[in-house]
Amino acid sequence: MTIFNDIGRYLLMIKGMFSKPENGKMYWKEFIHQCTEIGFGSLGIVAIISVFIGAVSTIQTAYQLVSPLIPPSTIAQIVRDTVILEFAPTLVCIVLAGVAGSRIASELGNMRVSEQIDALEIMGINTKAYLIMPKIAAALLMIPLLVVIAMALGIWGGRLAGTMSGILSGNIYDKGLLEFFVPYNVFFALTKAYVFSFIISSIPAFYGYYVKGGALEIGRASTKAVVVSCILILFADYILSALLL
Amino acid sequence: MIEVKNIKKSFDGKVVIEDVSTVMKAGQCNLIIGTSGSGKTVLQKCIVGLFEPDSGEVLYSGNNFTAMKGEEKTEIRKEIGMLFQGSALFDSLNVEDNIMFPLNMFTHNTHKQKLDRVNEVLNRVNLPGVNKKFPAELSGGMKKRVALARAIVLNPKYLFCDEPNSGLDPQTSLVIDKLIKEITIEFNMTTVVNTHDMNSVMEIGDYILYMYQGRKEWEGSKKDIIFSKNQLLNEFIFASEFLQDAKDMRMLEETGKIPNHRNMDLMLDKDTAPLAPPDQGE
Repeated sequence: MTIFNDIGRYLLMIKGMFSKPENGKMYWKEFIHQCTEIGFGSLGIVAIISVFIGAVSTIQTAYQLVSPLIPPSTIAQIVRDTVILEFAPTLVCIVLAGVAGSRIASELGNMRVSEQIDALEIMGINTKAYLIMPKIAAALLMIPLLVVIAMALGIWGGRLAGTMSGILSGNIYDKGLLEFFVPYNVFFALTKAYVFSFIISSIPAFYGYYVKGGALEIGRASTKAVVVSCILILFADYILSALLL
Repeated sequence: MIEVKNIKKSFDGKVVIEDVSTVMKAGQCNLIIGTSGSGKTVLQKCIVGLFEPDSGEVLYSGNNFTAMKGEEKTEIRKEIGMLFQGSALFDSLNVEDNIMFPLNMFTHNTHKQKLDRVNEVLNRVNLPGVNKKFPAELSGGMKKRVALARAIVLNPKYLFCDEPNSGLDPQTSLVIDKLIKEITIEFNMTTVVNTHDMNSVMEIGDYILYMYQGRKEWEGSKKDIIFSKNQLLNEFIFASEFLQDAKDMRMLEETGKIPNHRNMDLMLDKDTAPLAPPDQGE
């Protein structure tokens, strides 16, 4: 029964976000602040993960393609499609669920426990609209951008590993990248990125906003938010792949 | 003026507030007192709208707040200031931005006008020059004063204070109490203070509502407390020997006799009298 209760409260929270802002300027300021936190705050980890994922993909693909009949440029094609279809959107979003998701849950949880949310309510501010909406909007803008950056860096990381380890030359890798490219894959990856962005921002916001208790509960809510977000990302990944591919 | 009519509130079937009615007048400090768990915080949260009462009404200057929806409620809330137990200052903002926050949200004043107002309220709470400090850099008493400044920055008609003295030393508590009292009179606010600090009751209480197990057990003025025959109230207020003695002294002044069975000799004994200085001889 708790799960249905939680789903109901989650939907009410989402509904509660849609109201006329008390002051558009303040909401915009909060939105920009969240863009900075979610976007630039996660850029470093996203860059590192993407480069290494691309590099490892190149080496492992080369390791498995032992037939001399398969041209080396195929490695680039496989790395490109793997990074675009799965690694950049899914893996990066799972990492972001940990980085940005836990930050959102603990920030809202701390505000709840220290009565800062109550203070905003008393002032006559719709806290769901002011605190949650800008976070979701910022995630919907910044996370797909991070995914695009992850795609580019992942592919570049693959090239770097390929040339440095002597698996294939840069020219062959570049040639392989352009062969059999399906632009729909990018559309699919961005669709996934948007769905995952919503999960990454709204689920932790829910757990943080409704936290009860003290510091221990904030930690628990944060962990739960990350775990639930990751499970939902993997579930949504499967559903979207089954529907769109 | 705030009218509370037959408020009831329960959580998971457990009744926390049971049919409480009262009237809180403007220009005076209305105190809700009671032991921990007596329901005073829940009552205050029902009055300000943080909790939805199961039944009953709260009227702000005759307007039924509990029956209001969205926009109307927001308009009333703009007239409410609240000082929270833990101050509830926004950690990521400095003092100036904390106090300026309601001004930024609800006014279209220039930055200069807003800054002037911030400095004005900071001076009012005797805390000038701390504009750029962050909440983490302030002491408990300073945080309370900044929170009070933020609560009054929009000139509210109603001021709510939840345990304003919790965690503060007696001297700082007195400063906060006096500030609340002065501000209440100065701006003719309806102030509602939630407390179990007896010094506050005696210092600022104009009207006192005593809660016991979710019920209104007693209400009256500070002076009425001294002469009250309500046993539960007396047990709560005069729980300490010191306050009991203070009451007896007051009774002696007012009526010339002490109605209970306490031994005045004990009170007036130099060695055991509560205000006797500590023995310096050893």
